[in-house]
Amino acid sequence: MKKLFVFIILIALASMLYPLLDTFHGNDKLSELSQFYAQSENVSKVNAQNLVTAVVVTYRGLDTLGEVTILFLAAAIIAFFLKTESEKRTLRKNSEIFKTAAKMLVPIITMVGIYIFINGHLTPGGGFQGGAVIASGVILMLLAFPNMEFNHKFFEALESISGVVYVGLAAFGAIIGLGFLDNAILPLGKFGELFSAGAIPVIYSFVGLKVGAELSNILNKFKSVQAEN
Amino acid sequence: MEYITITTGFLIILAGLWAIMTRKNIIRIIIGFSLFDTGIHIVMVSMAYVKGGVAPILDKNELLTDTANKIVDPVPQALVLTAIVIGLGVTALMLAYAMKLHSEKKSLDIESFKDLKW
Repeated sequence: MKKLFVFIILIALASMLYPLLDTFHGNDKLSELSQFYAQSENVSKVNAQNLVTAVVVTYRGLDTLGEVTILFLAAAIIAFFLKTESEKRTLRKNSEIFKTAAKMLVPIITMVGIYIFINGHLTPGGGFQGGAVIASGVILMLLAFPNMEFNHKFFEALESISGVVYVGLAAFGAIIGLGFLDNAILPLGKFGELFSAGAIPVIYSFVGLKVGAELSNILNKFKSVQAEN
Repeated sequence: MEYITITTGFLIILAGLWAIMTRKNIIRIIIGFSLFDTGIHIVMVSMAYVKGGVAPILDKNELLTDTANKIVDPVPQALVLTAIVIGLGVTALMLAYAMKLHSEKKSLDIESFKDLKW
């Protein structure tokens, strides 16, 4: 009986989705909004090679600010929810291979993460992806050395400073009269080079640092609560 | 090509809904929510596909002229980027709740939580 209900609900959702598939014939040209973003005068106004980054950081920068806020809220709720209790637990010893590999890989993973968010305006990537890569390095460290002291003060300070700089840069554009989150507060540079697109690489680097620090804090909270059991 | 991705997206959405409704373990239910999320992302990206378009990264000179006819739509991709991050935050919150529930009843089976059932 229960299985029948599950089946009926699945069929209902599938039949709700089917018209979407039925009327979908692929697009032959861009939507009007995207055509505006892809006009050559607008491309040279932002001067970012990666149009997705241009949309995320400048045109829809306010959304990104809200997104960072949501991530911060999630991290804050988890920190409030899972209170850290420090007590010793007996762990199986990690193998030497794992420890050595972690020591060698963590700097490289961090470097890849930093590369991804610094080049966010040129190649696929950006602050969120780079931050996630950095956090994956942190989780490798936490798994390899479970008794290591996690310096959460440092990560919290990094997170707060990055957030303040991000909002400060955004507000600075409004103060000098260009507009909130305008990227032209710094020189636009030559199209396609690392120092181009004005404030976008700076903003995305701070977003990357903030996301990396936040995710590392969340992971550490999960790890330190697991120590209870 | 776009039909393959959009159909895959719909199937993943249905698989996620199925997992949410039938699984008993809370962790598996959370995985179902993640699957639902991923399916929606795939559908959104594939709906933005423009026939014959390339990724909206203008790293070649021939892309700089007449850009609008050569690239796929960047706006839904930016939207999906936002949605992925928010999905990550929601998943982390759900996992935190799951850990709290586990420390209450020492069980992750959804059947053992009957407090709100009438």
